[in-house]
Amino acid sequence: MSRIFAYIIHKAGVADDSAVELITAAKAIDTSASPTAIVAGSGPELDAVCESLRSSYAETWKISNQALAYPNAELIRKALVKVLPPQAIVLVAHEHFGIDLAPGLSVKTNAAYVSDVLAIEGVEGAQLKVVRQEFGGQVSAHVRCDISAGAVITVRPGAFKPLASAPTNGIVVDKSGQIGELSAGRRYVETIVAEAGDVDITKHNVLVSIGRGIQEKDNVHLAQELAEALGVAVSCSRPVVDAKWLEKSRQVGSSGKTVKPKVYLAFGISGSFQHLAGLKGNPFIVAVNKNPKAPIFQVADVGIVDDILEFIPEFTNKVTEMRRAA
Amino acid sequence: MTATIQFVPQVAVALPDWRLLFLLIHILGVGCFAYIAFRRIAPLVRAERDVRFDRPWERARNLVKFWLAQWKQPRYPGAGTLHILIFAGFILLATRAFIVLTADPYDFTSPESAKRVAYLYGIVTDYAATVVFLCMLIAVLRRLVFKPVRYNVPERFGKAHTADATFLLALIAILMTADSLFAAAKAAGHVQQGVQAETLAVLSLPWMLQFALASSSLSTLASVYLGAYLLHELTFYFLLCYRPFGIQFHVETSLFSVFFGKLDRGTLKPVRWGVSDENLHQVKSLGVKTFEDFTWKHMLDFYSCADCGRCSDNCPANAAGRPLSPRFITIKARDYAFRHYPVFGRSKSGNSGNGKPLLGTIYSDDEIWSCTTCGACEEECPLLIEYIDKIVDLRRGMVDDGRVPQSLQKPLKALESRGNPYGKIEKKKADWAKAKDFEPTCKVKILDGKNGADTLYFVDSITSFDGRMQSIARATARILDQAATDFGILGATEKDSGHEVRRFGEETLFMALRDHNVEAIKASGVKRIVTADPHAYNALKHDYKDVPPVKHISQVIAREVKDGKLKFKPAENGSVYTYHDPCYLGRHNQIYEEPRDVIDAIPGVKRVEMKRSRDRSFCCGGGGLMLFYEPKEEERIGVKRVRMAAEAGANVIVTACPFCMVNIEDAIKVAGLEGKMTAIDLAELVDQQMVREVPMELETAIHGG
Amino acid sequence: MEILVCARRVPDTSENEIQLTSAGNDIERDDLVYSINEPDNYAVEEALQITARVGGTVTVVTVGTEEDEEILRREMAMGATHGVLISDDVFAGSDGKGIATILSAFVRKGRYDLILTGVQAEDGGAQVGGMLAAILDYPFASLVNSIEVIDRKKLKISREIAGGNKEINEIDLPCVLSIQTGINEPRYVGMRGIRQVASIPIPTPSAAELGIDPATVGEIAAKVKRVDYFVPALGKGAEMLEGSREENIEKLFELVVAKGGVK
Repeated sequence: MSRIFAYIIHKAGVADDSAVELITAAKAIDTSASPTAIVAGSGPELDAVCESLRSSYAETWKISNQALAYPNAELIRKALVKVLPPQAIVLVAHEHFGIDLAPGLSVKTNAAYVSDVLAIEGVEGAQLKVVRQEFGGQVSAHVRCDISAGAVITVRPGAFKPLASAPTNGIVVDKSGQIGELSAGRRYVETIVAEAGDVDITKHNVLVSIGRGIQEKDNVHLAQELAEALGVAVSCSRPVVDAKWLEKSRQVGSSGKTVKPKVYLAFGISGSFQHLAGLKGNPFIVAVNKNPKAPIFQVADVGIVDDILEFIPEFTNKVTEMRRAA
Repeated sequence: MTATIQFVPQVAVALPDWRLLFLLIHILGVGCFAYIAFRRIAPLVRAERDVRFDRPWERARNLVKFWLAQWKQPRYPGAGTLHILIFAGFILLATRAFIVLTADPYDFTSPESAKRVAYLYGIVTDYAATVVFLCMLIAVLRRLVFKPVRYNVPERFGKAHTADATFLLALIAILMTADSLFAAAKAAGHVQQGVQAETLAVLSLPWMLQFALASSSLSTLASVYLGAYLLHELTFYFLLCYRPFGIQFHVETSLFSVFFGKLDRGTLKPVRWGVSDENLHQVKSLGVKTFEDFTWKHMLDFYSCADCGRCSDNCPANAAGRPLSPRFITIKARDYAFRHYPVFGRSKSGNSGNGKPLLGTIYSDDEIWSCTTCGACEEECPLLIEYIDKIVDLRRGMVDDGRVPQSLQKPLKALESRGNPYGKIEKKKADWAKAKDFEPTCKVKILDGKNGADTLYFVDSITSFDGRMQSIARATARILDQAATDFGILGATEKDSGHEVRRFGEETLFMALRDHNVEAIKASGVKRIVTADPHAYNALKHDYKDVPPVKHISQVIAREVKDGKLKFKPAENGSVYTYHDPCYLGRHNQIYEEPRDVIDAIPGVKRVEMKRSRDRSFCCGGGGLMLFYEPKEEERIGVKRVRMAAEAGANVIVTACPFCMVNIEDAIKVAGLEGKMTAIDLAELVDQQMVREVPMELETAIHGG
Repeated sequence: MEILVCARRVPDTSENEIQLTSAGNDIERDDLVYSINEPDNYAVEEALQITARVGGTVTVVTVGTEEDEEILRREMAMGATHGVLISDDVFAGSDGKGIATILSAFVRKGRYDLILTGVQAEDGGAQVGGMLAAILDYPFASLVNSIEVIDRKKLKISREIAGGNKEINEIDLPCVLSIQTGINEPRYVGMRGIRQVASIPIPTPSAAELGIDPATVGEIAAKVKRVDYFVPALGKGAEMLEGSREENIEKLFELVVAKGGVK
């Protein structure tokens, strides 16, 4: 079995949540595997990440270079190509950076590529069997991937739950010397932070979240009234922002904000993984949706099949009533 | 040089001889006007063709009704009365003006013994001039003091028109005064001379001026006479030449705008007159993109606007705060024409033929997409100015350029691939008839070649697919069944009627839908079509050719009721009902009474009329693709309508259109009237209340014998 | 600027209900409606807007069979200058790498300053753009939501990253960019436009004409293969409240309070 590597995405000295998930994925490929973490970056922040990985990964490869102070996938790919052994299997989270890095990496290392994997069923000879989704999550598919020449696999964040295991006392190996000069045809300039908007949804304990099921801009006030009654904020999924019914600052999801409320009330939200990717910290999820087959009912804690346009105002009345009584 | 004014052979007064001047003014006045008219006609000559010389007798009838008899004016009683008086005055005074213009202001001799007709004419026109004068005063008062809301110019459309309007009103008043002074001076002079004077109408303006001049000297009177003539001539010609520069051009153009007005309601002009559907692909550019793409009649319309604001006053989009104001569609185009085809100076468009685009310059995209095509503007306009055709033409241009709002692209794409705007699968079009509680009570035939029928029930998209509207389909089917109609539906082969597709400017997609449906209808062999959807009704009646005659379900029910074949159970809930006229059933097709007769035939139903009903009905907000468009507005059109129902004292709104139903039910929620107001479709109401004879076999099947 | 857009014809997810066949191993394809992959459409619109600003042509290419021609015509009706259908039996069964290999051969036959793809298609692979760039050794950026032409040698682009933030990069031409939806508002293309381009010939180069070694593409070369489609057995999922609305609201309120949702 080829060596398995987990590329660790990090920010401000902290490894992404996906870091430990990749270990689970690696073990699903090969139960005896001890994946090696690979981290690229620069300076003390990189060191901090490597340090934190020692408790989960037996071995961490550190690639430190001034040019990598900002994670430019083009540069990082060039660095990885220099240090990865042949036929390596590389796991990386399927998100903005992973999507940017993985396909090109697979070509340069002549490895197979399979993306957004939800489940790994094991290896049969040279074939890795995985589960993916297609058509916006409407169907799942079993996929076979020939990993004899290695593979680059992007893994859906949150699909592989971290395994409880005793902390390791891993080592950090500095591979910086092997990469030499790094340059690429793409250069990072700056990051433009999204406008704060009038409301910071990341600060609320409860979120009243609406999706396409709210149907039109004129109904958004129903959610706002409920949020007011609860003293919290309204958030939403991407379609609501695309339709310009709420500003971008309200969007929860992989291309929006990451929130960690205690309670998440999902009204008329189908539950696409891009949306759920923005929900962290294991909140109590309540889903109300007209469609009993909506994927959100798979991940919610409590579900109600009902018309949100009628449910929400009645719930608002209940809340107002009970708070007045209290 | 002086001329001598002869009073009687014995007296002579010397006055400057301005005969040459007067002649010059005549020549200049007429010449200028001719030139101005020529310059104004110029763009029309190069405009797109329009077919307006057909059916001359109908047009002549319209001329008499709308131009001469001012048929639409009384819809606004105050302004209407004023205008009827002014118009009548103008007509009566036309000859008199001519007489004055051609009179010799140096001939103060007594008139020949007036013939009776001339004498009567004099009296009548004396009063006419007085009335017009008074009307001018009242009109100015209205403009400056009472300021009717519909005259306001919203900021985004520029400065107020008050100054110009007042100026013109004042000029007419001056003209009347000059005319009256002329007559008054002469009569006073004759009285002084002791000869037979013209009798001026008692208490008329000339009469009062004569009274005022009674003690003036003859030489003064002669001067006044001369001066009045000059004033009259100058004012007359000034007005004549100034009118084509503003809102009073309608004085000249109204005759033509009315004569050439559109004869057929509910229809749309073809993309290009004279180009058949098959040859449309040869046309390089569809729709109106530049000013020159308008037809000459539409350009004439722009000239003919009297700026009365009645169109915008009745426009539901305008009332809701959308960017559209029909009045300014016309005024802005008129101003464009004035700027680019000026009377003085060169036409800015030159001969290149490539005019500037209208959208993005004088019109905004949203402005043009905001129109629901309800026709209220056209119904009001006293000059028969058309709007719907222009809006559709502008939309055709936008579609041709790919300028379609994203929210409309999805339903259009779905219409193209699935034949309905919801993207639902064709196979499911007849699923409404398979509902568990419905199927046993009423068999609905699918006309798929194996089955035939006498009548086609054309269901159309929203009624077939929308969960709420499907109940209208079921109600309609049961009614047809009760009326012992041999009917069927097309099912999966029925595509959207394309009515809104056409009105949103996608002519090619419309033709594809239409051709498909026409083929399916012909293949089914039906002799009659019935529909519960006024948009489908209008499409089948006016947009489709070669299909069997179509009726709306309300007409079918009304007939059944009249023939005593349909009986109703009494309504017991004590509700107050009001009927909302759908635009495409009412205004566009003038079916107002049948639905009302049907409702009134139900015992125990109390019905009230909303203030705006029948041809003044206030659009619900629009149907078809309008349901997908996301307008920027201050208040929903439907909410306004629902409030009108509440104001009328009703708590049940009856309508006969599925789109009205969507908008009204939605509006009830948004207006916060849930529980206090409900809406029901006419077919649903009839289905609910009618006494239904269920065939024995079905009775057994349902109730087990 | 010569721009190439790589497009794909896919079942339209918004207008189809995806259902499995009775055998349960594939999706029902009979009633499917197809259209251009939505992100690819945004890419074409972006290309058209760029060439409207700086001049040049837009070529839309797809790898497929005759059926796929319709998307090329649609994009040409939208304004693309050329449409190319790369078609050959040996391409059947290609995986993402195979498609990228085929496209790279086409790119090498021409001179393109900028290559655009949609960020991903219905299979969520999100791979062809990145692979194509690596094969050609062109710089690459994914999830691009804004493009500014600095000069003939470089672009300033923005990538969509977490939190709605934008990562601004400078990238050298020629390059490959994968385009995210929402970058612009694509213009409407109607039936009329499509009819007007209906008879424009569309070149259909084969593997041989592009110098593609059949061993590197098609099923033979594919390392990734889909075995079947299935709908997973629903796990436990949410505890569904089955009472009347009033009862549900009552219960829900209690739960929300219990979980710390109401103070």
